[in-house]
Amino acid sequence: MPQQNLIEIRDVSFAYDRRPILTGVDMVVPRGKVVAIMGVSGSGKTTLLRLISGVVKASRGEVRVDGALVQSLDQQAIYEMRRRMGMLFQFGALFTDLSVFDNVAFQIREHTQLPERMVRDLVLMKLDAVGLRGAHRLMPAELSGGMARRVALARAIALDPMLIMYDEPFTGLDPISLGVISNLIRRLNDALGATSIVVTHDVQEALDLVDYVYYVSEGVIVAHGTPDDMRASTDPLVRQFVYGEPDGPVPFQYPSREFARDLRLQ
Amino acid sequence: MFNRSAILSVRGIGHHTVDGVWRLGYASRFFALTLASSGTSFRRFRLIVRELYFTGVLSLIIILVSGLFVGMVLGLQGYHTLQTYGSESALGVLVALSLVRELGPVVSALLFASRAGSAMTAEIGLMKATEQLAAMEMMAVDPISRVVAPRFWAGVISMPLLAAMFSAMGIFGGYLVGVVLIGVDEGSFWSQMQAAVDFQEDIMNGVIKSFVFGVAVTWIALFEGYDAPPTAEGVSGATTRTVVTSSLAILGLDFLLTSFMFQGV
Repeated sequence: MPQQNLIEIRDVSFAYDRRPILTGVDMVVPRGKVVAIMGVSGSGKTTLLRLISGVVKASRGEVRVDGALVQSLDQQAIYEMRRRMGMLFQFGALFTDLSVFDNVAFQIREHTQLPERMVRDLVLMKLDAVGLRGAHRLMPAELSGGMARRVALARAIALDPMLIMYDEPFTGLDPISLGVISNLIRRLNDALGATSIVVTHDVQEALDLVDYVYYVSEGVIVAHGTPDDMRASTDPLVRQFVYGEPDGPVPFQYPSREFARDLRLQ
Repeated sequence: MFNRSAILSVRGIGHHTVDGVWRLGYASRFFALTLASSGTSFRRFRLIVRELYFTGVLSLIIILVSGLFVGMVLGLQGYHTLQTYGSESALGVLVALSLVRELGPVVSALLFASRAGSAMTAEIGLMKATEQLAAMEMMAVDPISRVVAPRFWAGVISMPLLAAMFSAMGIFGGYLVGVVLIGVDEGSFWSQMQAAVDFQEDIMNGVIKSFVFGVAVTWIALFEGYDAPPTAEGVSGATTRTVVTSSLAILGLDFLLTSFMFQGV
Protein backbone atom coordinates (compact mmCIF):
# COMPACT_ATOMS: atom_id res chain seq x y z
CA MET A 1 0.00 0.00 0.00
CA PRO A 2 1.61 3.28 -1.02
CA GLN A 3 2.42 5.67 1.78
CA GLN A 4 0.47 8.86 2.31
CA ASN A 5 3.58 11.03 1.90
CA LEU A 6 5.79 10.80 -1.13
CA ILE A 7 8.57 12.81 0.46
CA GLU A 8 9.51 13.06 4.12
CA ILE A 9 12.30 15.29 5.32
CA ARG A 10 13.04 14.95 9.05
CA ASP A 11 15.43 17.20 10.99
CA VAL A 12 17.73 17.68 8.02
CA SER A 13 20.81 19.87 8.20
CA PHE A 14 23.19 20.64 5.36
CA ALA A 15 26.32 22.75 5.19
CA TYR A 16 28.52 23.66 2.24
CA ASP A 17 32.18 24.34 3.01
CA ARG A 18 31.33 24.80 6.69
CA ARG A 19 28.69 27.40 5.80
CA PRO A 20 25.31 26.17 7.11
CA ILE A 21 22.65 26.20 4.40
CA LEU A 22 19.84 24.27 6.11
CA THR A 23 19.29 23.65 9.82
CA GLY A 24 16.80 21.25 11.36
CA VAL A 25 14.33 21.24 8.45
CA ASP A 26 11.12 19.19 8.69
CA MET A 27 9.02 18.87 5.57
CA VAL A 28 6.38 16.53 4.22
CA VAL A 29 5.03 16.33 0.66
CA PRO A 30 1.82 14.29 0.38
CA ARG A 31 1.15 12.26 -2.75
CA GLY A 32 -0.72 13.99 -5.55
CA LYS A 33 -0.31 17.48 -4.15
CA VAL A 34 1.42 20.56 -5.50
CA VAL A 35 3.67 22.01 -2.81
CA ALA A 36 5.50 25.33 -2.98
CA ILE A 37 8.82 26.05 -1.30
CA MET A 38 9.17 29.80 -1.08
CA GLY A 39 11.77 32.14 0.30
CA VAL A 40 14.16 34.92 -0.58
CA SER A 41 17.14 34.20 -2.82
CA GLY A 42 19.83 32.18 -1.09
CA SER A 43 17.59 30.79 1.64
CA GLY A 44 18.31 27.18 0.73
CA LYS A 45 15.29 26.36 -1.46
CA THR A 46 17.22 24.84 -4.36
CA THR A 47 19.31 22.85 -1.88
CA LEU A 48 16.13 21.08 -0.77
CA LEU A 49 15.52 19.97 -4.34
CA ARG A 50 19.08 18.70 -4.60
CA LEU A 51 18.69 16.77 -1.33
CA ILE A 52 15.52 15.13 -2.60
CA SER A 53 17.08 14.12 -5.91
CA GLY A 54 20.21 12.84 -4.21
CA VAL A 55 22.62 15.32 -5.79
CA VAL A 56 23.87 16.24 -2.30
CA LYS A 57 23.73 14.30 0.96
CA ALA A 58 22.40 15.74 4.19
CA SER A 59 24.91 15.97 7.01
CA ARG A 60 22.20 15.15 9.54
CA GLY A 61 18.62 13.91 9.42
CA GLU A 62 16.63 11.78 6.99
CA VAL A 63 15.38 12.38 3.48
CA ARG A 64 12.88 9.75 2.39
CA VAL A 65 11.46 9.51 -1.13
CA ASP A 66 8.67 6.96 -1.60
CA GLY A 67 9.81 5.27 1.59
CA ALA A 68 13.46 4.91 0.54
CA LEU A 69 16.21 6.68 2.50
CA VAL A 70 18.05 8.73 -0.13
CA GLN A 71 21.36 8.95 1.78
CA SER A 72 21.72 5.18 1.90
CA LEU A 73 21.27 4.62 -1.82
CA ASP A 74 24.24 3.81 -4.05
CA GLN A 75 24.82 5.52 -7.39
CA GLN A 76 22.89 2.89 -9.37
CA ALA A 77 19.87 3.11 -7.05
CA ILE A 78 19.93 6.89 -7.18
CA TYR A 79 19.83 6.75 -10.98
CA GLU A 80 16.89 4.33 -10.77
CA MET A 81 15.10 6.77 -8.48
CA ARG A 82 15.82 9.73 -10.75
CA ARG A 83 14.21 7.92 -13.67
CA ARG A 84 10.93 8.35 -11.81
CA MET A 85 11.53 12.06 -11.24
CA GLY A 86 11.45 14.99 -13.60
CA MET A 87 13.08 18.37 -13.00
CA LEU A 88 12.47 21.65 -14.73
CA PHE A 89 15.53 23.91 -14.41
CA GLN A 90 15.28 27.66 -14.16
CA PHE A 91 16.09 28.49 -17.76
CA GLY A 92 15.13 25.15 -19.24
CA ALA A 93 18.64 23.72 -19.60
CA LEU A 94 17.76 22.26 -23.00
CA PHE A 95 20.57 20.53 -24.89
CA THR A 96 21.49 23.22 -27.37
CA ASP A 97 22.96 20.87 -29.94
CA LEU A 98 19.72 18.84 -30.24
CA SER A 99 16.38 19.82 -31.76
CA VAL A 100 13.22 20.19 -29.66
CA PHE A 101 12.15 16.71 -30.75
CA ASP A 102 15.50 15.13 -29.83
CA ASN A 103 15.53 16.93 -26.48
CA VAL A 104 12.18 15.46 -25.47
CA ALA A 105 13.14 12.07 -26.93
CA PHE A 106 16.45 12.04 -25.03
CA GLN A 107 15.28 10.22 -21.90
CA ILE A 108 13.09 7.83 -23.85
CA ARG A 109 15.96 6.83 -26.11
CA GLU A 110 18.48 6.55 -23.27
CA HIS A 111 16.39 4.51 -20.85
CA THR A 112 14.07 2.42 -23.01
CA GLN A 113 14.46 0.19 -26.05
CA LEU A 114 11.27 1.43 -27.69
CA PRO A 115 11.25 1.47 -31.52
CA GLU A 116 11.58 4.88 -33.15
CA ARG A 117 7.93 4.91 -34.27
CA MET A 118 6.77 4.67 -30.66
CA VAL A 119 9.33 7.22 -29.55
CA ARG A 120 7.99 9.61 -32.17
CA ASP A 121 4.40 9.13 -30.98
CA LEU A 122 5.37 9.64 -27.35
CA VAL A 123 7.39 12.76 -28.07
CA LEU A 124 4.60 14.33 -30.10
CA MET A 125 2.09 13.52 -27.36
CA LYS A 126 4.27 15.16 -24.69
CA LEU A 127 4.82 18.22 -26.87
CA ASP A 128 1.10 18.39 -27.54
CA ALA A 129 0.45 18.40 -23.77
CA VAL A 130 2.50 21.58 -23.45
CA GLY A 131 1.11 23.05 -26.66
CA LEU A 132 4.28 22.92 -28.76
CA ARG A 133 3.72 19.97 -31.08
CA GLY A 134 4.22 22.19 -34.14
CA ALA A 135 7.61 23.35 -32.91
CA HIS A 136 9.25 19.95 -32.81
CA ARG A 137 11.74 20.69 -35.60
CA LEU A 138 13.07 23.91 -34.08
CA MET A 139 16.41 24.24 -32.32
CA PRO A 140 16.54 25.59 -28.74
CA ALA A 141 18.25 28.77 -29.91
CA GLU A 142 15.16 29.60 -31.98
CA LEU A 143 12.75 29.43 -29.03
CA SER A 144 11.56 32.23 -26.79
CA GLY A 145 12.11 31.92 -23.03
CA GLY A 146 8.58 30.74 -22.34
CA MET A 147 8.65 28.22 -25.18
CA ALA A 148 12.02 26.86 -24.06
CA ARG A 149 10.67 26.30 -20.60
CA ARG A 150 7.63 24.48 -21.96
CA VAL A 151 9.86 22.20 -24.04
CA ALA A 152 11.93 21.54 -20.93
CA LEU A 153 8.70 20.64 -19.15
CA ALA A 154 7.76 18.22 -21.94
CA ARG A 155 11.23 16.70 -21.59
CA ALA A 156 10.85 16.39 -17.81
CA ILE A 157 7.57 14.45 -18.11
CA ALA A 158 8.77 12.21 -20.96
CA LEU A 159 8.85 9.09 -18.77
CA ASP A 160 5.68 9.96 -16.77
CA PRO A 161 7.49 10.65 -13.50
CA MET A 162 5.93 10.27 -10.07
CA LEU A 163 7.55 13.52 -8.88
CA ILE A 164 8.07 16.70 -10.86
CA MET A 165 10.28 19.43 -9.42
CA TYR A 166 10.28 23.01 -10.67
CA ASP A 167 13.20 25.34 -9.93
CA GLU A 168 11.94 28.92 -10.28
CA PRO A 169 9.57 28.19 -13.17
CA PHE A 170 8.07 31.69 -13.25
CA THR A 171 11.25 33.76 -13.35
CA GLY A 172 11.53 36.17 -16.24
CA LEU A 173 8.31 35.25 -18.03
CA ASP A 174 5.70 37.52 -19.55
CA PRO A 175 2.20 37.38 -17.98
CA ILE A 176 0.78 35.11 -20.69
CA SER A 177 3.60 32.58 -20.41
CA LEU A 178 3.28 32.79 -16.63
CA GLY A 179 -0.36 31.83 -16.85
CA VAL A 180 0.43 29.02 -19.29
CA ILE A 181 3.14 27.48 -17.10
CA SER A 182 1.02 27.81 -13.97
CA ASN A 183 -1.88 26.13 -15.72
CA LEU A 184 0.38 23.37 -17.05
CA ILE A 185 1.88 22.62 -13.63
CA ARG A 186 -1.57 21.96 -12.18
CA ARG A 187 -2.97 20.10 -15.20
CA LEU A 188 0.04 17.84 -15.65
CA ASN A 189 0.19 17.07 -11.95
CA ASP A 190 -3.41 15.93 -11.91
CA ALA A 191 -3.35 14.19 -15.31
CA LEU A 192 -0.21 12.17 -14.51
CA GLY A 193 -1.30 11.47 -10.94
CA ALA A 194 2.07 12.86 -9.92
CA THR A 195 3.30 15.03 -7.07
CA SER A 196 4.87 18.42 -7.74
CA ILE A 197 7.24 20.64 -5.83
CA VAL A 198 7.57 24.25 -7.00
CA VAL A 199 10.49 26.32 -5.73
CA THR A 200 9.71 29.96 -6.34
CA HIS A 201 9.65 33.41 -4.95
CA ASP A 202 6.74 34.51 -7.11
CA VAL A 203 4.17 34.76 -4.34
CA GLN A 204 0.98 35.61 -6.23
CA GLU A 205 1.29 32.86 -8.84
CA ALA A 206 2.31 30.32 -6.22
CA LEU A 207 -0.48 31.04 -3.76
CA ASP A 208 -3.08 30.73 -6.54
CA LEU A 209 -1.61 27.46 -7.77
CA VAL A 210 -0.48 25.22 -4.94
CA ASP A 211 -2.08 23.13 -2.22
CA TYR A 212 0.51 23.76 0.51
CA VAL A 213 3.32 26.22 1.15
CA TYR A 214 6.64 26.00 3.02
CA TYR A 215 8.42 29.27 3.66
CA VAL A 216 12.18 29.00 4.14
CA SER A 217 14.31 31.78 5.55
CA GLU A 218 18.05 31.49 6.27
CA GLY A 219 17.97 27.73 6.19
CA VAL A 220 15.01 27.23 8.53
CA ILE A 221 11.32 26.63 7.84
CA VAL A 222 9.74 29.71 9.42
CA ALA A 223 6.17 29.07 8.34
CA HIS A 224 4.04 26.52 6.52
CA GLY A 225 0.38 26.10 5.72
CA THR A 226 -2.22 26.31 3.00
CA PRO A 227 -2.19 29.41 0.77
CA ASP A 228 -5.08 30.87 2.78
CA ASP A 229 -3.10 30.35 6.00
CA MET A 230 -0.18 32.25 4.48
CA ARG A 231 -2.33 35.13 3.29
CA ALA A 232 -3.95 35.47 6.72
CA SER A 233 -0.74 35.05 8.72
CA THR A 234 0.16 37.67 11.32
CA ASP A 235 3.84 36.69 11.52
CA PRO A 236 5.81 39.79 10.36
CA LEU A 237 8.32 37.74 8.36
CA VAL A 238 5.58 35.98 6.41
CA ARG A 239 3.62 39.18 5.92
CA GLN A 240 6.67 40.97 4.55
CA PHE A 241 7.20 38.17 2.03
CA VAL A 242 3.59 37.66 0.98
CA TYR A 243 2.82 41.35 0.58
CA GLY A 244 6.22 42.32 -0.77
CA GLU A 245 7.01 44.96 1.82
CA PRO A 246 10.45 46.46 1.18
CA ASP A 247 11.47 46.64 4.84
CA GLY A 248 10.65 44.51 7.85
CA PRO A 249 12.28 41.51 9.52
CA VAL A 250 14.36 41.17 6.32
CA PRO A 251 16.11 44.57 6.35
CA PHE A 252 16.39 46.90 3.37
CA GLN A 253 19.94 48.03 4.19
CA TYR A 254 22.86 45.63 3.71
CA PRO A 255 24.79 45.58 7.02
CA SER A 256 27.01 48.68 7.10
CA ARG A 257 28.52 51.30 9.40
CA GLU A 258 26.55 54.32 10.54
CA PHE A 259 25.73 56.60 7.62
CA ALA A 260 27.19 59.66 9.39
CA ARG A 261 30.51 57.84 9.81
CA ASP A 262 30.63 56.84 6.13
CA LEU A 263 29.98 60.47 5.13
CA ARG A 264 32.70 61.45 7.60
CA LEU A 265 30.42 63.75 9.58
CA GLN A 266 31.49 62.27 12.94
CA MET B 1 55.63 46.48 7.10
CA PHE B 2 58.14 44.75 4.86
CA ASN B 3 58.09 41.62 6.97
CA ARG B 4 54.30 41.44 6.81
CA SER B 5 54.10 41.63 3.03
CA ALA B 6 56.94 39.13 2.71
CA ILE B 7 55.05 36.70 4.92
CA LEU B 8 51.88 37.26 2.92
CA SER B 9 53.58 36.52 -0.39
CA VAL B 10 55.19 33.37 0.97
CA ARG B 11 51.80 32.31 2.28
CA GLY B 12 50.38 33.05 -1.15
CA ILE B 13 52.95 30.79 -2.78
CA GLY B 14 52.05 28.10 -0.28
CA HIS B 15 48.34 28.42 -1.07
CA HIS B 16 48.95 28.30 -4.79
CA THR B 17 51.09 25.21 -4.50
CA VAL B 18 48.59 23.41 -2.31
CA ASP B 19 45.76 24.40 -4.64
CA GLY B 20 47.78 23.25 -7.63
CA VAL B 21 48.47 19.85 -6.14
CA TRP B 22 44.84 19.45 -5.07
CA ARG B 23 43.72 20.34 -8.58
CA LEU B 24 46.15 17.84 -10.11
CA GLY B 25 44.67 15.14 -7.89
CA TYR B 26 41.16 16.12 -8.90
CA ALA B 27 42.17 16.05 -12.57
CA SER B 28 43.66 12.58 -12.15
CA ARG B 29 40.48 11.23 -10.59
CA PHE B 30 38.57 12.83 -13.46
CA PHE B 31 40.87 11.04 -15.92
CA ALA B 32 40.40 7.69 -14.20
CA LEU B 33 36.63 8.21 -14.19
CA THR B 34 36.65 9.07 -17.91
CA LEU B 35 38.51 5.85 -18.71
CA ALA B 36 36.23 3.81 -16.47
CA SER B 37 33.09 5.29 -18.08
CA SER B 38 34.21 4.58 -21.63
CA GLY B 39 32.01 1.53 -22.07
CA THR B 40 29.09 3.56 -23.45
CA SER B 41 31.34 5.32 -25.98
CA PHE B 42 32.44 2.04 -27.52
CA ARG B 43 29.07 0.35 -27.38
CA ARG B 44 27.51 3.33 -29.13
CA PHE B 45 30.33 4.18 -31.48
CA ARG B 46 28.21 6.78 -33.21
CA LEU B 47 28.88 9.10 -30.26
CA ILE B 48 32.63 8.95 -30.93
CA VAL B 49 32.13 9.34 -34.68
CA ARG B 50 30.20 12.54 -34.13
CA GLU B 51 32.98 13.96 -31.98
CA LEU B 52 35.61 12.78 -34.48
CA TYR B 53 33.97 15.06 -37.00
CA PHE B 54 34.08 18.08 -34.70
CA THR B 55 37.59 17.60 -33.35
CA GLY B 56 39.33 15.84 -36.22
CA VAL B 57 37.69 16.71 -39.51
CA LEU B 58 37.18 20.38 -38.67
CA SER B 59 40.87 20.67 -37.76
CA LEU B 60 41.99 19.30 -41.11
CA ILE B 61 42.24 22.63 -42.92
CA ILE B 62 44.49 24.26 -40.36
CA ILE B 63 46.66 21.15 -40.02
CA LEU B 64 47.10 20.62 -43.76
CA VAL B 65 47.80 24.26 -44.57
CA SER B 66 50.21 24.64 -41.67
CA GLY B 67 51.93 21.41 -42.62
CA LEU B 68 52.39 22.65 -46.15
CA PHE B 69 53.92 25.94 -45.02
CA VAL B 70 56.17 24.33 -42.42
CA GLY B 71 57.42 21.89 -45.03
CA MET B 72 58.05 24.67 -47.50
CA VAL B 73 60.04 26.68 -44.95
CA LEU B 74 62.02 23.56 -44.05
CA GLY B 75 62.80 23.11 -47.72
CA LEU B 76 64.03 26.69 -48.05
CA GLN B 77 66.04 26.83 -44.85
CA GLY B 78 67.33 23.33 -45.32
CA TYR B 79 68.60 24.02 -48.80
CA HIS B 80 70.15 27.30 -47.68
CA THR B 81 72.18 25.56 -44.96
CA LEU B 82 72.95 22.28 -46.72
CA GLN B 83 74.32 23.87 -49.85
CA THR B 84 77.16 25.48 -47.85
CA TYR B 85 78.37 21.92 -47.19
CA GLY B 86 77.55 20.71 -50.68
CA SER B 87 74.92 18.32 -49.34
CA GLU B 88 71.78 19.58 -51.11
CA SER B 89 70.90 16.04 -52.08
CA ALA B 90 70.24 15.31 -48.41
CA LEU B 91 67.36 17.81 -48.37
CA GLY B 92 64.76 15.04 -48.48
CA VAL B 93 66.31 13.41 -45.42
CA LEU B 94 66.36 16.69 -43.52
CA VAL B 95 62.76 17.56 -44.28
CA ALA B 96 61.39 14.09 -43.62
CA LEU B 97 63.25 13.43 -40.38
CA SER B 98 62.51 16.86 -38.92
CA LEU B 99 58.84 16.46 -39.64
CA VAL B 100 58.32 12.83 -38.71
CA ARG B 101 60.35 12.89 -35.50
CA GLU B 102 59.57 16.35 -34.11
CA LEU B 103 57.65 18.96 -36.03
CA GLY B 104 54.79 16.72 -37.11
CA PRO B 105 53.73 15.54 -33.67
CA VAL B 106 54.60 18.74 -31.81
CA VAL B 107 53.28 21.46 -34.11
CA SER B 108 50.12 19.58 -34.98
CA ALA B 109 49.52 18.96 -31.26
CA LEU B 110 49.96 22.68 -30.54
CA LEU B 111 47.53 23.55 -33.33
CA PHE B 112 45.11 20.87 -32.15
CA ALA B 113 45.24 22.26 -28.61
CA SER B 114 44.47 25.77 -29.79
CA ARG B 115 41.70 24.79 -32.16
CA ALA B 116 40.03 21.63 -30.96
CA GLY B 117 41.15 21.76 -27.32
CA SER B 118 39.84 25.24 -26.66
CA ALA B 119 36.60 24.37 -28.51
CA MET B 120 36.06 21.34 -26.28
CA THR B 121 36.76 23.37 -23.15
CA ALA B 122 34.36 26.13 -24.18
CA GLU B 123 31.64 23.66 -25.16
CA ILE B 124 31.76 21.69 -21.91
CA GLY B 125 32.17 24.83 -19.81
CA LEU B 126 29.09 26.36 -21.42
CA MET B 127 27.12 23.15 -21.01
CA LYS B 128 27.99 23.31 -17.33
CA ALA B 129 27.09 27.02 -17.08
CA THR B 130 23.68 26.51 -18.72
CA GLU B 131 22.93 23.56 -16.39
CA GLN B 132 22.82 21.05 -19.26
CA LEU B 133 25.17 18.70 -17.38
CA ALA B 134 23.04 18.98 -14.24
CA ALA B 135 19.92 18.28 -16.31
CA MET B 136 21.58 15.18 -17.74
CA GLU B 137 22.45 13.98 -14.22
CA MET B 138 18.86 14.53 -13.18
CA MET B 139 17.71 12.39 -16.10
CA ALA B 140 19.89 9.56 -14.77
CA VAL B 141 22.39 9.83 -17.65
CA ASP B 142 26.01 10.07 -16.50
CA PRO B 143 27.50 13.17 -18.19
CA ILE B 144 31.00 11.72 -18.01
CA SER B 145 30.13 8.68 -20.09
CA ARG B 146 27.79 10.53 -22.45
CA VAL B 147 29.61 13.83 -23.01
CA VAL B 148 33.21 13.58 -21.78
CA ALA B 149 34.34 10.06 -22.73
CA PRO B 150 33.33 10.21 -26.45
CA ARG B 151 35.24 13.47 -26.81
CA PHE B 152 38.27 11.97 -25.10
CA TRP B 153 38.47 8.99 -27.44
CA ALA B 154 37.79 11.17 -30.46
CA GLY B 155 40.75 13.36 -29.51
CA VAL B 156 43.03 10.40 -28.88
CA ILE B 157 42.12 8.83 -32.24
CA SER B 158 42.39 12.10 -34.21
CA MET B 159 45.74 13.26 -32.91
CA PRO B 160 48.05 10.66 -34.47
CA LEU B 161 46.11 10.83 -37.73
CA LEU B 162 46.39 14.60 -37.88
CA ALA B 163 50.10 14.45 -37.05
CA ALA B 164 50.65 11.96 -39.86
CA MET B 165 48.79 14.19 -42.32
CA PHE B 166 50.81 17.19 -41.14
CA SER B 167 54.06 15.35 -41.79
CA ALA B 168 52.86 14.14 -45.19
CA MET B 169 51.85 17.64 -46.29
CA GLY B 170 55.14 18.94 -44.94
CA ILE B 171 57.18 16.51 -46.99
CA PHE B 172 55.15 17.48 -50.03
CA GLY B 173 55.84 21.16 -49.23
CA GLY B 174 59.54 20.43 -48.93
CA TYR B 175 59.40 18.63 -52.28
CA LEU B 176 57.60 21.59 -53.87
CA VAL B 177 60.20 24.08 -52.75
CA GLY B 178 63.29 21.90 -52.98
CA VAL B 179 62.76 19.93 -56.16
CA VAL B 180 60.21 21.89 -58.16
CA LEU B 181 61.23 25.45 -57.29
CA ILE B 182 64.92 25.28 -56.47
CA GLY B 183 65.91 22.28 -58.56
CA VAL B 184 67.41 19.76 -56.16
CA ASP B 185 67.72 16.36 -57.82
CA GLU B 186 64.41 14.55 -57.45
CA GLY B 187 65.93 11.11 -57.44
CA SER B 188 68.31 11.77 -54.58
CA PHE B 189 65.59 13.69 -52.70
CA TRP B 190 63.34 10.65 -52.46
CA SER B 191 65.88 7.84 -52.43
CA GLN B 192 67.99 9.29 -49.63
CA MET B 193 64.83 9.95 -47.66
CA GLN B 194 63.74 6.35 -48.11
CA ALA B 195 67.12 5.10 -46.92
CA ALA B 196 67.40 7.35 -43.89
CA VAL B 197 63.88 7.24 -42.48
CA ASP B 198 63.34 4.08 -40.49
CA PHE B 199 59.79 2.91 -39.84
CA GLN B 200 60.44 1.66 -36.32
CA GLU B 201 62.87 4.30 -35.13
CA ASP B 202 61.43 7.42 -36.69
CA ILE B 203 57.85 7.00 -37.83
CA MET B 204 56.58 4.82 -34.98
CA ASN B 205 58.28 7.03 -32.41
CA GLY B 206 56.53 10.00 -33.95
CA VAL B 207 53.20 8.17 -33.77
CA ILE B 208 53.80 7.29 -30.12
CA LYS B 209 54.58 10.92 -29.39
CA SER B 210 51.42 12.16 -31.06
CA PHE B 211 49.38 9.55 -29.19
CA VAL B 212 50.80 10.77 -25.86
CA PHE B 213 50.16 14.39 -26.86
CA GLY B 214 46.61 13.48 -27.85
CA VAL B 215 45.91 11.98 -24.44
CA ALA B 216 47.45 14.96 -22.64
CA VAL B 217 45.76 17.70 -24.69
CA THR B 218 42.32 16.08 -24.65
CA TRP B 219 42.53 15.32 -20.93
CA ILE B 220 43.50 18.92 -20.11
CA ALA B 221 40.85 20.40 -22.42
CA LEU B 222 38.03 18.24 -21.03
CA PHE B 223 39.05 18.73 -17.41
CA GLU B 224 39.30 22.53 -17.71
CA GLY B 225 35.86 22.63 -19.30
CA TYR B 226 34.33 20.32 -16.72
CA ASP B 227 35.87 22.28 -13.83
CA ALA B 228 35.25 25.77 -15.20
CA PRO B 229 33.32 28.21 -12.99
CA PRO B 230 29.88 28.57 -14.62
CA THR B 231 30.33 32.22 -15.64
CA ALA B 232 31.59 34.09 -18.70
CA GLU B 233 34.93 34.87 -17.04
CA GLY B 234 35.14 31.31 -15.81
CA VAL B 235 34.80 29.79 -19.26
CA SER B 236 37.16 32.35 -20.81
CA GLY B 237 39.77 31.62 -18.14
CA ALA B 238 39.33 27.91 -18.68
CA THR B 239 39.91 28.07 -22.45
CA THR B 240 43.03 30.19 -21.89
CA ARG B 241 44.33 27.70 -19.34
CA THR B 242 43.66 24.83 -21.74
CA VAL B 243 45.79 26.34 -24.48
CA VAL B 244 48.60 27.42 -22.15
CA THR B 245 48.75 24.23 -20.07
CA SER B 246 48.44 21.99 -23.15
CA SER B 247 51.21 23.82 -24.95
CA LEU B 248 53.56 23.57 -21.99
CA ALA B 249 52.66 19.93 -21.48
CA ILE B 250 53.31 19.14 -25.15
CA LEU B 251 56.72 20.75 -25.12
CA GLY B 252 57.67 19.20 -21.78
CA LEU B 253 56.50 15.73 -22.79
CA ASP B 254 58.29 16.12 -26.11
CA PHE B 255 61.59 16.66 -24.36
CA LEU B 256 60.95 13.68 -22.08
CA LEU B 257 59.96 11.36 -24.90
CA THR B 258 62.74 12.50 -27.20
CA SER B 259 65.38 11.85 -24.54
CA PHE B 260 64.07 8.31 -24.09
CA MET B 261 63.58 7.51 -27.75
CA PHE B 262 66.59 9.04 -29.37
CA GLN B 263 69.41 8.23 -26.96
CA GLY B 264 72.72 8.23 -28.67
CA VAL B 265 71.20 8.44 -32.13
